[in-house]
Amino acid sequence: MNERDGFERRLQEARAKRGLDQPAGSQKGLPAGSWGVGLRAGIEVASALAVGVGVGIGLDRWLGTWPWLFLLFFVAGSVAGVLNVYRMFSPPKRRID
Amino acid sequence: MAAEGKATIDALHQFELVPVLGDFGHAYMFSQSNLFMVIAVLVITVLMVAGMARSAIVPGRLQALAESSYEFVHDMVVGQVGDEGKRYFPFVFCLFMFVLVGNLLGLIPYAFTFTSHIAVTFGLAALVFVVVTVVGLVIHGTHFFTYFFPEGAPKVLAPIIIPIEIISYLSRPISLSVRLFANMVAGHVMLIVFATFVVMIGSIGAVGYVGAVLPLVMNVALVGFELLVAFLQAYVFAILTSIYLHDAVHLH
Repeated sequence: MNERDGFERRLQEARAKRGLDQPAGSQKGLPAGSWGVGLRAGIEVASALAVGVGVGIGLDRWLGTWPWLFLLFFVAGSVAGVLNVYRMFSPPKRRID
Repeated sequence: MAAEGKATIDALHQFELVPVLGDFGHAYMFSQSNLFMVIAVLVITVLMVAGMARSAIVPGRLQALAESSYEFVHDMVVGQVGDEGKRYFPFVFCLFMFVLVGNLLGLIPYAFTFTSHIAVTFGLAALVFVVVTVVGLVIHGTHFFTYFFPEGAPKVLAPIIIPIEIISYLSRPISLSVRLFANMVAGHVMLIVFATFVVMIGSIGAVGYVGAVLPLVMNVALVGFELLVAFLQAYVFAILTSIYLHDAVHLH
């Protein structure tokens, strides 16, 4: 039994070393260089902000409420951008079922 | 450019679309971008068909390339989405190969990089967005909309959380397309800027020949770097598609 456990452990180590068993986790293979991460975070924030501003301006044009919905969705877009970046770094909550 | 005597840096000219193939191109607005899309599809088709034609037990070079690209994407989709992700494999594989071959074709001199146009990348990202949303709706029905309100959050916060989650969801195609587009444009602008330096410094004379070596070395390094970026961006595009599919299949 003891010997078999040792074998399993060594097999695991060997497989991990060869990259056969990657640690479970979302976005595992995404590049982790500082430039790549910085650029990706920036794009996440900018795109969420762009969507927020776009939705706000569109609704304002439609409803004639300029500039209130724009201001509201500007804030919502910023929050969504921060949320996107937070999700980039937070470990995935994956139920095992 | 050297022949004009005074070279200028015109980094964006390379992205201009012009009709190709004579009258046909003018009649149908068939630009070099379209031409390289067709070439990319042909290259992929030839690679997969010719690569698997012999199906040898010990694969040759072409077969090894075809098989390893297949397995690479297959492992990525199954790893991200789970076993039920297999049915989305053809979609992700097509996207990955199209973007990868498009990026790589663009590095050949005189070729055109169709992934350097936001219209193309946004088209692909919008396709991903629609497919992912439809998959989520088909699997979960109206239950899909609980995606925008996390379980266990206080009901009072719903008016704040739901718009933010919807904006976050809508920002996906934009970040997906801008990332690929920006990387390809930045790389090709850098290449042409340093290539212009080589010509400019080299036109000075004997001293220039020595000085021009520096940007030339830089350009050689950049081409290698761009090869990496070409692969990496195709990979990022495909893996984010898989992550979005995971979200649509499993909801959170």
